[in-house]
Amino acid sequence: MSGPLLEVKGLKKSYGAIRAVGGVSFQVMPGEIFGVIGPNGSGKTTMFNSVLGQIEPDAGEIHLNGQNITGLSPLQLNQRGVGRTFQTLQVFGKMSVRDNLIVAAQEHRGTMWSRMFAPGDSGLGAKADELIDLFGIRHVADKPAGSLSYGQQKLVDIAMAFMSEPALVLLDEPCAGVNPSLVGGISTLLKQLNQQSGVGKRASSFVVIEHNMDFVMDLCHRIMVMVEGEVMAIGTPDEIRANKQVLAAYLGS
Amino acid sequence: MKKQSAIIFTSVALLALLVAPHFLKSYGVYLLTYWLVFILAAMGLNLTVGYAGQKSLGHAAFFGIGAYTVAIMMKAGFSFWLGLPAAAAICFVTGILVGFPALRVQTIYLAFATLGFNTAAWLVMRNEEQYTGGTFGINNIARPELFGLSLDGALAYYYFTLGVTIVFGLLLFGLLRSPWGKAFTALRDNPIRAESLGVDVRNYTLLSFAIGAVYAGVAGALFASLVQFIDPAPFGVGQSIMMYLMVVIGGPGYFFGPVVGAAVGVVLPEWLRFAQDWYLFVFGSAVVLLMIWLPDGLLSIPDRIRARRESREASAARAAAVTAAAANAGKGSGA
Ligand SMILES: Nc1ncnc2c1ncn2[C@@H]1O[C@H](COP(=O)(O)OP(=O)(O)O)[C@@H](O)[C@H]1O
Ligand SMILES: [Mg+2]
Repeated sequence: MSGPLLEVKGLKKSYGAIRAVGGVSFQVMPGEIFGVIGPNGSGKTTMFNSVLGQIEPDAGEIHLNGQNITGLSPLQLNQRGVGRTFQTLQVFGKMSVRDNLIVAAQEHRGTMWSRMFAPGDSGLGAKADELIDLFGIRHVADKPAGSLSYGQQKLVDIAMAFMSEPALVLLDEPCAGVNPSLVGGISTLLKQLNQQSGVGKRASSFVVIEHNMDFVMDLCHRIMVMVEGEVMAIGTPDEIRANKQVLAAYLGS
Repeated sequence: MKKQSAIIFTSVALLALLVAPHFLKSYGVYLLTYWLVFILAAMGLNLTVGYAGQKSLGHAAFFGIGAYTVAIMMKAGFSFWLGLPAAAAICFVTGILVGFPALRVQTIYLAFATLGFNTAAWLVMRNEEQYTGGTFGINNIARPELFGLSLDGALAYYYFTLGVTIVFGLLLFGLLRSPWGKAFTALRDNPIRAESLGVDVRNYTLLSFAIGAVYAGVAGALFASLVQFIDPAPFGVGQSIMMYLMVVIGGPGYFFGPVVGAAVGVVLPEWLRFAQDWYLFVFGSAVVLLMIWLPDGLLSIPDRIRARRESREASAARAAAVTAAAANAGKGSGA
């Protein structure tokens, strides 16, 4: 009936002689949590940034809801409902946590002109509060984001990507550097956000890069294994666990 | 609490500004007016540099464009009241054009690009003698009338300048509280993340230059009519650096930073007159020391005190927790 939400076809990107991504293709279905695993340097982040318009791929096509979005800028992709986080922390350090969340969605409200006269919170206070409570960061909501602990900043960073209720969110290592007790919390949060238990929210799909194998196996519906810029396997967690090639090349180590 | 004290502080400051000139000689009133003009210009630069994070070293060029626009138009027989909006409009458009390099280069490279623009603008002011009078400048620039009231007197012109500064201050305050303020700050703190969240980095960058330039242009127009004689000298690269220092000294990204910064920039040179030839050396050293001590400007002092108190309280709480835990452990082993 409905086709894939995201379709990546033959994506390639080289840095000089280094072939970071060498012909990657995959599909993400509506509502799906799609995991991407692979050793360091296997091209996961490069693939992400090519899909997201942050860097220009050498070849390949990207389709969102059947529309060709290849070559669009990060801004245009965000306007079309694609959210993301970065591998490294990217919060607005001097703004309060609440303002970080508000600025993460305000540009989706009205026009540039109307925003000049809009209230400071753009009417997003309730939405921000909802995520503040969901992420358990109420006690730091009014502090500058830069003054928070690494784990708290990571939560703010992830929450920001969800403020504009995007249809597709790409998360690059949401658990990197986070202490183990918080990893489970992030997994629960992402599941909740994916199942949109709240009223009036759109179903959303995620693509999640992560090293933490338990996290990925538990969270994701399907998983893609990348090795040296190539797709080694795509399948359900059980299929990936049972894949001998993957076991030998990656999980076995 | 914080809001209340801000309101009280602002009211007291306003009252002081209203009554102060009555206790001053005309040179004092002139100096106060001069200060207001530079507050206005520095407020614009604070938007560009302090809030939006665009390292501009060409602000004095806009200041000069505003001053020359009004002077040339008034010499051609137009009213000041036509010259003022014209100065603002020309600066807005020029500001957008000057913003374009900022879409490609940042930090020190942007500073050099804007410095180049300032030099070019300064050369036009000096060389286009038929319009600008070259190094001889333009003299006998009149002061305007407002509702039939002459603003010729030092006091009248002071109140007029104060009014314009307050109006533009309120406009900027409103703008910074609107979503635009957050977008500018996001652009400064992390443009790549901002773009990924839908902030149109290009529009906001250009607008931060254009709006900042309008403030400089209006300030320049007021300046021309205040000093009544302009030549290219006050609009060169040195003045741009001075304006940049005003923003940095006051505290970039602090709304009242330019008020403090302009005071330092206007009043300190007066106080340092005794130093004569050593004036620039003393001023420069003072700035360097201040920047080492307070890299975020004078207005960051309250924030620093607060941060220090909070960290002290946090460590006291930690110490108390440790003591309590130790006491509990002691009880435990005792029992
Ligand atoms: N900007 C760059 N310039 C040159 N080489 C790069 C650049 N970014 C990534 N690479 C190289 O591309 C390969 C893939 O990197 P990356 O996509 O970051 O992998 P991963 O996210 O899977 O760890 C690595 O060999 C890396 O060194
Ligand atoms: Mg990576």
